[in-house]
Amino acid sequence: MFEYAPAPESRSVVDLKPSYGLFIDGAFVDPTDGGSFKSINPASEEVLAEIAEAGAQDVERAVRAARTAYDKVWGPMPGRDRAKYLFRIARLIQERSRELAVLESLDNGKPIRESRDVDLPLVAAHFFYYAGWADKLEHAGFGPNPRPIGVAAQVIPWNFPLLMLAWKIAPALAAGNTVVLKPAETTSLTALLFAEICQQAELPTGVVNIVTGAGDTGRALVEHPGVDKVAFTGSTEVGRAIARSVAGTRKKLTLELGGKAANIVFDDAPIDQAVEGIVNGIFFNQGHVCCAGSRLLVQENVADRVLESLKRRMAQLRVGDPLDKNTDVGAINSAAQLERIRELSDAGSAEGAERWSPPCELPDRGFWFAPTIFTGVTQAHRIAREEIFGPVLSVLTFRTPAEAVEKANNTPFGLSAGIWTDKGSRILWMADRLRAGVVWANTFNKFDPTSPFGGYKESGYGREGGRHGLEGYLNV
Amino acid sequence: MTATTTSARSELSELGRSETALRTFLHGLPGVDQVGAEQRAAQLGTRSIKTTAKAQAIDLAIRMVDLTTLEGADTPGKVRALAAKALRPDPADPSCPHVGAVCVYPAMVPYVAEVLRGSGVHLASVATAFPSGQASLEIKLADTRAAVAAGADEIDMVINRGAFLAGRYKEVYDEIVAVKEACGPADGGRQGRPAAHLKVILETGELATYDNVRRASWLAMLAGGDFIKTSTGKVPVAATLPVTLVMLEAVRDFREATGRQVGVKPAGGIKTTKDAIKYLVMVNETVGADWLDPDWFRFGASSLLNDLLMQRTKLTTGTYSGPDYFTLD
Repeated sequence: MFEYAPAPESRSVVDLKPSYGLFIDGAFVDPTDGGSFKSINPASEEVLAEIAEAGAQDVERAVRAARTAYDKVWGPMPGRDRAKYLFRIARLIQERSRELAVLESLDNGKPIRESRDVDLPLVAAHFFYYAGWADKLEHAGFGPNPRPIGVAAQVIPWNFPLLMLAWKIAPALAAGNTVVLKPAETTSLTALLFAEICQQAELPTGVVNIVTGAGDTGRALVEHPGVDKVAFTGSTEVGRAIARSVAGTRKKLTLELGGKAANIVFDDAPIDQAVEGIVNGIFFNQGHVCCAGSRLLVQENVADRVLESLKRRMAQLRVGDPLDKNTDVGAINSAAQLERIRELSDAGSAEGAERWSPPCELPDRGFWFAPTIFTGVTQAHRIAREEIFGPVLSVLTFRTPAEAVEKANNTPFGLSAGIWTDKGSRILWMADRLRAGVVWANTFNKFDPTSPFGGYKESGYGREGGRHGLEGYLNV
Repeated sequence: MTATTTSARSELSELGRSETALRTFLHGLPGVDQVGAEQRAAQLGTRSIKTTAKAQAIDLAIRMVDLTTLEGADTPGKVRALAAKALRPDPADPSCPHVGAVCVYPAMVPYVAEVLRGSGVHLASVATAFPSGQASLEIKLADTRAAVAAGADEIDMVINRGAFLAGRYKEVYDEIVAVKEACGPADGGRQGRPAAHLKVILETGELATYDNVRRASWLAMLAGGDFIKTSTGKVPVAATLPVTLVMLEAVRDFREATGRQVGVKPAGGIKTTKDAIKYLVMVNETVGADWLDPDWFRFGASSLLNDLLMQRTKLTTGTYSGPDYFTLD
């Protein structure tokens, strides 16, 4: 046997402070009412830091700072100068990427291999990409001299804390808006380190403000009358509440919500690569991915073979310490999320689907869930309809391409889909018929700042990334 | 072996009888997606192998080296020196294992055989008009028989790439079967010497696509090859991680279908310990522990050995010695 010795990434690159304030108008400040909460490491339940909780008055301060910066500095600033700051931020992110990656894995529970090789390179790429747009907005296809909207309220989830921050802040700033961003309450730390990077880049004060807190803080932010634009990534339930609260106001809204993506494997697919794609589709980031390929639709005549390969591959997944460089699947982000995954998985078993996990030892402390697949799933099962947001795959079969399309589309969501086949013509035929914002062919969970991303139906509206991602931040 | 694999095995052994059956089978294998295969290989390359795992990997890699010299300038003196090094790669450290085999041209086999006799280090010889394979079948078989007679217990043959690329699969198949026969009778025959192990070199750099690599792998295994090997080392593109991945998947699937295990040998261009460890990680996570043995996985290499020795010394002594502390042959 070839046992890999532990290969932990060092925590010493991260300088964790015992407590963090709110980042308002270029400085870290205490919250008005002094409220705070703890951020823990989901892999060990160890407390990482004390985080300030922003109340309504703090949100008011942050929005006012953003407004002043918009009116006086950032709005009037020529695009080429805004670009200079964005390029500077992008470079600082690259320079400090190891530190950011370690902190992300500590706070979120994702494996360092992913934060190092996926999250951080994409974060930097996003800032570089939108930095390039800042002085070229009139060539973006939205008419001559498109104007920014004003102050953007941005609320982001815990699954890709820094990457979602980049998806929100980079296009907003490139287009000339200022922002107040609220990170998820379980993963505030990299946003606060990003605030330090803004200071280091000498970004004018008030252009980026970060208010930490939970649902109440988020509500105060999106409902604030001084906000011109709301951008939210998170659950469909919260997205719906936000849509209700901004209805009838002048605020522009973009929502990127849940998903229940079909990953469709045809009998002529490159099986070994399809199996990699299935694994990457559902076990990447512990399945905490809105566009995760959580429903495997496999053609019946190859189902046994694909499942056998998939199980063999799953037995190779290394679950454990997120900071170990050889870990493939890290910790579930929170006790609450673990509870939800357990509840839905139990429902899967109760409804008669067959559950399988590879033998794997889970640590005693922290929040863990073994990679799991359910076979014999039907469209009527809850695990085929509801977003589990965890490392749980529901396997369904189909016989014809038309049936694959029908089953793939038979969901309230429509964020992403995957097609695995050697036939180019079939890829195009399927892509035309799948109601999903992103369709991957012979790959899955591939992201690029130049490519627009967003959903159909209950997966939200508006697009992020690419030229299209500018539209949500321009007055067009 | 279960009844199903027995019947599958006999069905598969029928394939070589007809060009059509062979073609239908090979073209019916699942395709390989180039981007996906390369991505998987790159991902496995990011594994971090440290401390005890590294020590274990280095010793295993040394035992898997087919220490090779295939030069027009090879002389008896040169190959004897190489054979001596194969037996005691690190003269300063008796705990260092010996390599898997020495690999030379047929003319050099007798000189190596003298040194290796009874040592447990195998003696491999390239044959079949290596590296191009552009000779008549009679010459290829004579080449093989001569190498075996001179003492080689492993034969590294090259496939007929021209025939393969032209789609004449049966011709390639028949040639491998004939060379396998020339390696000696399976039961050892009158002399009681077991047949030489046959390594089939696909020369993947000339096959160009991963689909071809998968088909050639199956073809070589169906024809009776004991090992499939990537390259001669004599064309610009030699062993790569993705090519080896596709070949490992093929031996895994072949064993599942037939119950027979076939070895894999990447050769050419593997120069550093870091490279070697990436291959071992790939073996570990693709086909598992059954192949983590010199009987089932080899590195065709020459300069790799000294880098492995340097890293081994670094691990045991804590200091990194310069190249002058390791023998050059």
